[in-house]
Amino acid sequence: MNMKLIFLRHRETLLAIIVVILALLVGMRAPVFLTAGNLLDVLNDSSILAILVMGQMVVLLTKGIDLSVASSLALTGMFCAVLGKAFPWLNGPGLILIALVFGALLGALNGLLITLFDLPAIVVTLGTMSAYRGAIFLLSKGAWMNEQDIHPAIKSLPRFELFGLPGLLWFAIATLLLGAWFFRYRRTGREMYALGGNLNAAAYIGVPIRRRLMQVYAISGALAGLAGLLWVGRYSIAFTELASGYELTVIAACVIGGVSTAGGIGTVTGAILGVLFAGVINGALPVVHISPFWQQAISGAVILVAVVVNARSERRLGKQILPPKAAMRSEQGEHA
Amino acid sequence: MKTSRLWEIILVMLLVTVMGGFGASTSGFLDIYNLSDSTFNFSEKALIALPMALIIIAGEIDISVAAIIALCSVMMGLSKNAGAGPLTITLVGMVAGAACGALNGVLVTRFALPSIVVTIGTLSLYRGAALVILGDGAVTGYPDALITLGNGYVGDLVGVPEFQLPLEFLIFLIAAGAFGIVLHTTVWGRRIFAIGANPVAARFSGIAVDRYRVVLFVVIGVMAGLASVLLTGRIGSTRPNIAMGWELDAITMVILGGVNINGGSGTLPGVVLAIFVLGMFTFGLQMANVPGIVMSMILGGLMILSMIVPILIQRAQQRRRRAQPVVVGA
Repeated sequence: MNMKLIFLRHRETLLAIIVVILALLVGMRAPVFLTAGNLLDVLNDSSILAILVMGQMVVLLTKGIDLSVASSLALTGMFCAVLGKAFPWLNGPGLILIALVFGALLGALNGLLITLFDLPAIVVTLGTMSAYRGAIFLLSKGAWMNEQDIHPAIKSLPRFELFGLPGLLWFAIATLLLGAWFFRYRRTGREMYALGGNLNAAAYIGVPIRRRLMQVYAISGALAGLAGLLWVGRYSIAFTELASGYELTVIAACVIGGVSTAGGIGTVTGAILGVLFAGVINGALPVVHISPFWQQAISGAVILVAVVVNARSERRLGKQILPPKAAMRSEQGEHA
Repeated sequence: MKTSRLWEIILVMLLVTVMGGFGASTSGFLDIYNLSDSTFNFSEKALIALPMALIIIAGEIDISVAAIIALCSVMMGLSKNAGAGPLTITLVGMVAGAACGALNGVLVTRFALPSIVVTIGTLSLYRGAALVILGDGAVTGYPDALITLGNGYVGDLVGVPEFQLPLEFLIFLIAAGAFGIVLHTTVWGRRIFAIGANPVAARFSGIAVDRYRVVLFVVIGVMAGLASVLLTGRIGSTRPNIAMGWELDAITMVILGGVNINGGSGTLPGVVLAIFVLGMFTFGLQMANVPGIVMSMILGGLMILSMIVPILIQRAQQRRRRAQPVVVGA
């Protein structure tokens, strides 16, 4: 365990260094990239991704996967937009609550199908991915919700300013802090690691597997719902194909950040770095005049490199039965 | 009765219900020319569902197939622009597919990675490469031979115009037969089942598990290349976003066909039946003017349902078995 932690810390510093070097390289070609305003823009643009990554990380930790996040996001976004239009007296906090609950229900349906019938998460969420997407069409009858149709409270949520930072960023920061606290200090959070690390062992020590899995998917759904509300507010638009395919970006950011799809491995810091990496790349492409068409190819290549690197190090750990003497000594030195 | 046989019977009944239901409600649905034309809608997807079945039975999955189709089509477009003839274009498409599949296979076996993660990565890579090469452009003006391959009928080629069987569908039938024979009558097929049921045990009993995996990924790549040739010929143009989301349709066909998503069991006749059920179902909905997005919603629900039903049957059987008194020494 200690070995693993040391390695993870090492990995995260490495990733942090890569992100910084990347940003500096872009800054060398286009100094405008490193201005405070632009960096804030990059952070703001990464905020929704950060919220979604927190939800996906919980799922990945338990060896699951949630491919339906983008559809849940869009469905909740459309639901809130429709509600906001129908009931103009709704306010910001009310809408946030509605988005969280509605998203959690969508996620809970995934969780229910997975736990009740022991189905693999990938297939269930692949199915609900298109089911929820179709539901948006039924809900909106295929129409677009434009700027003038969207409730002013929804539009102001990502835009209000507090201590000079935009609201969207505050939502991301709150989610990340809550996530870090939950995974570090809450028993439930620790149990989610245990469950992904070794399902049988977790069952033997009394982790309520089914209930935890239900919670995991509900959390993922709730965060997707919140992200949907913010997305609709930020871009002032809701339509059927909103955020289509975004689930891959979310999973990519997790994988780049070192969250293992094999379960049990991953940290909030790593996930944040994964988000920043994606944010820097996306923010850099237009600045250095590379066609945005490169974005998908680059993120694909980065995912592959990240999983290959992860797999190599995980395998090395798996084979090692006793740490070599030198490593043990240095480890003891570190503890002393 | 074996569960797989039972499932095939259920699929046949489902097919009869779908055909009967739409036949009664939609006039002209059961017209033979109409039905034969309806196969244009699913032949290419069906071509990738066949190797997908094998790969899922072997305990792996390939999410990148649709992206491979797009990249193959782009490669064919480039070769067409370079002045290649129809034969070379076809060859380019298939070779590109094989190369994409080989990369998937090597990544999965060489680095012992889960195929779902690898193919999510290569999905972005292949689709991204297609976008980088073509941008928002398109390639059109493919040679007539390719257009005929995608749109033609067997009857017109052999001089019997009444025989309105689409060429695409004939290719699918031949491929389905070949895949069925390989899976169910050869040693290779038995080994695919063995690998899916327990890869470690399969390795210990002397099966070159990784070699099988690589070959399966190359095969699905080649079939994606073939599907790309037919699709490109049928619509006569290449855009980087063609075949978007087809991986879901192909996987739905396989799962509805009774293949266990965890590998180790499934039958090819089941998959072929599921292809027909889904094909006829979508075609009927199309004739009833149901929008595509609602259709994919129904298909998504159907896929989940088709996994739940066998589990419920299995649980009911277990309960019945437990309820029966055990006769000692019988």
